[in-house]
Order: sequence, then C-alpha cells, then structure tokens
Amino acid sequence: MINVLLITFAASLLYISIANRLFTFIRILAFQGIILFGVSFLELNEISPLNLIFILLETIVFKTVAVPMFMNYVIKKNHITRETEPYLPYFLSLVIVTLIIIGTFLISNVIEDPRLNKVYFVVALSALFTGLYIIMTRKKLITHVMGFLVIENGVFILSLAVGGEMPMLVNTGILLDLFVSVLLLGIFVNRIGDVLQDVDVDQLQNLKD
Amino acid sequence: MGYCIPGSNTQISQYPNISISVKHDRNIFTQRTYHLCPNVHQQEPYGQLCVGDGFLLLQWALTAYQFMHRDTEEFFGFFKADALALLMLTTLSIIAIPAYFHSYIYFQNRKPTPRVRSIYFMSMTLLLTAVSGAYLSNHLAVTWVFVELTTLAASGLVYHHRDASALEGTWKYIFICSISITLVFIGILFTSIALQQAGHGELSYPALLEQATSLNVFWLRLAFIFIFTGYTAKMGLVPMYTAGIDAKDKAPSPAGALLSSVLMNMGFVGMFRFYEVITKTSLHDWSNNVIFIAAGLSIFVSTVYMLKVENIKRMLAYSSIEHTGLVMLGVAAGGVGYYAAILHLILHAFAKSSLFFQIGQVHRIFHSKLISETGNYFKYNLPGAIVLLLGFICATAMPPSGLFISEFMIFRSLFEGHHLIILVVVLVLLTLIIWAFGKNMFKLLFTPLAHFDETKKGKVYGYESVSQFVLLGLVIYLGFNPPAEMVALIQDAVKNLPN
Repeated sequence: MINVLLITFAASLLYISIANRLFTFIRILAFQGIILFGVSFLELNEISPLNLIFILLETIVFKTVAVPMFMNYVIKKNHITRETEPYLPYFLSLVIVTLIIIGTFLISNVIEDPRLNKVYFVVALSALFTGLYIIMTRKKLITHVMGFLVIENGVFILSLAVGGEMPMLVNTGILLDLFVSVLLLGIFVNRIGDVLQDVDVDQLQNLKD
Repeated sequence: MGYCIPGSNTQISQYPNISISVKHDRNIFTQRTYHLCPNVHQQEPYGQLCVGDGFLLLQWALTAYQFMHRDTEEFFGFFKADALALLMLTTLSIIAIPAYFHSYIYFQNRKPTPRVRSIYFMSMTLLLTAVSGAYLSNHLAVTWVFVELTTLAASGLVYHHRDASALEGTWKYIFICSISITLVFIGILFTSIALQQAGHGELSYPALLEQATSLNVFWLRLAFIFIFTGYTAKMGLVPMYTAGIDAKDKAPSPAGALLSSVLMNMGFVGMFRFYEVITKTSLHDWSNNVIFIAAGLSIFVSTVYMLKVENIKRMLAYSSIEHTGLVMLGVAAGGVGYYAAILHLILHAFAKSSLFFQIGQVHRIFHSKLISETGNYFKYNLPGAIVLLLGFICATAMPPSGLFISEFMIFRSLFEGHHLIILVVVLVLLTLIIWAFGKNMFKLLFTPLAHFDETKKGKVYGYESVSQFVLLGLVIYLGFNPPAEMVALIQDAVKNLPN
C-alpha cells in the first residue's frame, strides 16, 4: 500500500511538469499532502498519539488546506496571470522529469542497504530534483515557491524513510516545512505583490554586478 | 565642526536631557557612550538603547560563563563550549559592541519610525543570539536549527529599507538560504541513515567523531556533499554565495558588518564540525578535493567581480568571499593550514567589520555607495580616511596586518602539501584582487569628485571612527603578538584533525 502511494506521488511529479495553470499546480500540491499523510500514517505505525496529531496537522491541515488556500488568495489578490510560463516547452519538461526519475532509480541500485526502502529513496530524490528543475525553468516567483514546496515534500518522504527509528528528525523536518513556508509565503509573496505588480523573475534583476 | 570632545562640559551642557537620562541609567556601558558622544542619543527612545546595552551585557556574561564552563556539556548535551566555540563567541562579543554603537548613530541620522527601528534592533539581537547558539551547539540538528533562525533574523535586517531593491535582496536571500538549509537537513538525514546502520542514533558531534570509522562511506559522502553545499550560503563560498552579496549590500552597514563577519564564521563552524567527522574516515582526501574546488572557484569568482564591481559595499562582500576561500584552502591543505585558517577567520572578522562600519559614514557624506560617486574622502573625514587606508592594508593582507601572518601560513601549508598549481593560481588571483581593491579604495580616498555639492555632504564626527581603530589594532596586534591563551585555544580547536 505504501508503495502504491509513493508511486502515485512520483506520477504526480510528472503531472506537475506539464501543468500549465497555476491552479492545477496548487491542486497537485494539495493532493501530494494527502498522499504524504497516507504514507506517514502507514509507515509510522508505532507512533505516539501526540506525534500523529502533529503529522496530521502538518500534512492535512497545512499542506492540503492552508497552503493551497493561501496560494489561491495570493494569486487572486495580486492578479497573477494563470499560466506557469515555463522557459522550456512542456513536452521537454516531461522528458526531463522522466529522466530524473530514471536517474534516481539507477542511483538507488548502487545502494546496498537492507534497512532502507529504496522506493522512498527514489521518490524523495526525484521530488528534490524535480523541485529544483521547476525553480530553474519557471518564470514566476510563485512557481518558485511551489517548486520549493515540492522539494519540501521530497524531504518529508526522506525523513519518513529514516523516521521509523528517529521520530525527532521527522518533527524537525516538519518544523522546517512550517517555518520556511510561512516565511516565504506569509511575508514575502504577499509583500512582493504590494511593492511590485505582476511578479516574475525579470523584475528582480536590479541587484547585480 | 567635526569632533566632540569626550566628557567635555561644554558639550554636555548643550544637551540638557543627557543628565536626566544618565540618572535613570545604571548601565556602565551606556554612561560611557553618553560621555563619548552626547549628541548621538538626543532623540533616541530610551527603551531601545537599554535593550541593546542590556543585550551586550548578557552577551558578555554568556561569553564569560562559557569560558568558566569550558568543555562541559549543557542542556542535555546539546551545547558545549569547546575551544572553537569560545574563540568565535569572543570574536562575536567584541564585534557586537561597535555594531550596536554604529546602529544608534545610523538611526540618529536617519530618524525612521519607532516600528522600523524596533524591528531592526530585534532582528539584530535575534541574529547575534542565534549565531552564538550555533557556535556553542554540540549537536548536528541543533546547529541546523540555529542556522535556520539566522535566516529569519538576517532577513529582517536586509529588508530594513523597505523599497523594491531591499525586497529583491531579501527575497533572494530567504529563497537561497531556505534551499540551502533544506540541503543541510537532507545531509543530516543521510548522516542519520549511516548512524542507524552502525547501530547508533545519537547525532551529537562527540558521538559522531567516536563512531566515524564505523559509518557507511556511501551515505557519509552524500551527507558531506549536501551539508557542505548547504552551509556555503552562510559561509560565502561557491556555489551558494550569491545571496549573501545582495544581503550585505542592502542591509544597513552595521548589519552588513555582522553579516560579513560573525555570520560567515557561523557557516564555517557548522561546516568545520562535520568536516572533523569526515577526516576520521577514508573520505578525507576526497572531501579535501571538494573543498579545494569550491575554495578555488570562490577566489576566482571574487576576483572576476572585484575587477568590475561598482558598489563599494559589494566590493567588500566579494572580498569576504575571497577570504573564506583562503580559509578553506588552509583547511584543505592541512598541517599548519588548520591553525592559520582559524586565525584568519578571526582576524578577517575584525578587519571586514571595521571596513563596513566605516562605509556607513562614507555613505552619509556622499549619499551614495557607488565608487563613481565617491572620492577625496581624506578631505571630508580624516580619521575615517585613515581607517579606510588601514583597513585596506589589513584586508589585503599586507604587513603589518595580522592577516599577512595567517595568509602566509596558509600558503606555506599549500606549499608543504605539494599543491603548487593551486598556490600559483591563487597568488596570481590575489594580485589581481589587491589591484582592484586598491584601485577602488584609492579612488575613494584621493580622487576629487568633479560634481560634488559640498553643501549637501552629511556630517560625520571623529569619535565614530574610534571603534574601527580598536578593531584594526586588534588585527595587527593579534597577528604579530598573539596571546598565549588564544594560541592554545586555536590549537585546541584543531586538535581533532589529523596532521
């Protein structure tokens, strides 16, 4: 069951690479939040109730409800156009993300570690690199934040792979998630919209040498 | 009228409210500050001054406390004041005093709203606290938490001016630091995988050092790559150095001084503690190669930008990148390089922060930090100009600068380690850097400006340069006549490394 969920997560990465509307993007992120809850619920079976509530809060309340709602709000408030505006065509993105997944799959074959579930490793690293790829190839700042959230989801999965024996690390990872997302979204996407109209990377090129 | 005479009666009588303030104040440092520069705090809200001074007292108390409790684990083993932490903590406490002092001067001349000022001082206090915490931390994850906190605190300082370019700088800083901090976290996860394999779950540095030889090399290699890359954002090395440059440029100069000295040292401490673990394993040579590449590229990049930079603060920021690159070369070369690296870090922190403090006054006179719009500084502010000249000599490591000693030792370690090609390339690049640094600095100091309206120039007082002279004096004194205590601390800090 965990494997099915994780593979669905990997498939959602492919979908992200060709999503051309911001709202689609947000929905995929919300969907990933649900998957993450499922995975952590199944994986951390010996978990204390308090910890479970914490993870529930993070995945369902925060990742699936709060962040997407806030993103919708930011997009509407700042009248951001709905295209994701990639620098590369969607088809090429699809190919590249596929290559990323295949690449991490090949890397994982090198690992000889019976304790680590390789599916976790593959999906987590794929999410990490897909997030970086999205940040590099999309023009809008809000898509950069979304790419960052994809990276965070990957880190969450990776921490689950370790977290069976170290719940402290899962919690630290969750706090990282909350902290950075609130910092990035709460303060800056909001603020940037007030100072600059229609925010994309081209407007942030004044500081240079 | 450029100078106020410390403690002179005429000065104080001009400011009747001073005597009232002093009466309420039991803090020695504040009294001294009032004495030194009565006009600074004229319109200063009394509360923030107290917060700043109170914090400095606490900071020094913490430093003294840690010296008395050297090498004891505290708070469940999460903190330990080892030699490296003590050295860096003392450096921070010394730089914090002029940082607050110059911040008061800065606000006295700018007169921002109380809210803006409160956020500034809050961020600065939080930054210094978080950096101290990161120095003292004895646990991989605790260091990480404090490093994350510094991003928040520093962004408050970078966003100080609240205009479009400050926003741009802050956005880039937060975004890049967030990605780097995530990379460090991934590195910690990989380390914990390696630890679990070895049958342990403790992420504290002593436990890691003890277990180092039994850890799986594959995971450790991944962990080092991620942790090193992550910390380069704070440390100012290729690949993540870019965010720091914008931050130091946009932050007010007292904050820029902190960002380019104590914060960079923090990045080093975070990286260095993990590097100590790596040196115990078979990955030592490989990790040295990684560091050589990153450090060499950093020096190269800083040379390229120093040659074309137009903004004096950004030039200083790039010079910091060069110095971090040199420090890392020392670490990678080993031998005497370890000692030199730590000494270089400390001295560089003093030299660079004093230059940043001085640039604040340059900006007040010329209302610009572009090299093309500044010049003939000797005419407008003699003590400040001497600070800049001395600071230039110190920062480019010419004798009598103490950095000359440490840089010489780094080159010696490169020579003894048979890294001749790197040595030659670095020396050529350094020559270019000295040329570029000198060209810009001498333009600022001596070349008269064609279109400068002297009636509009800001007012600067001589006492504002005192702290810079003290810091630069430390650079020279500590280089040539290091106290036995400091030498012992540095040797203790590098004792875990192989020779």
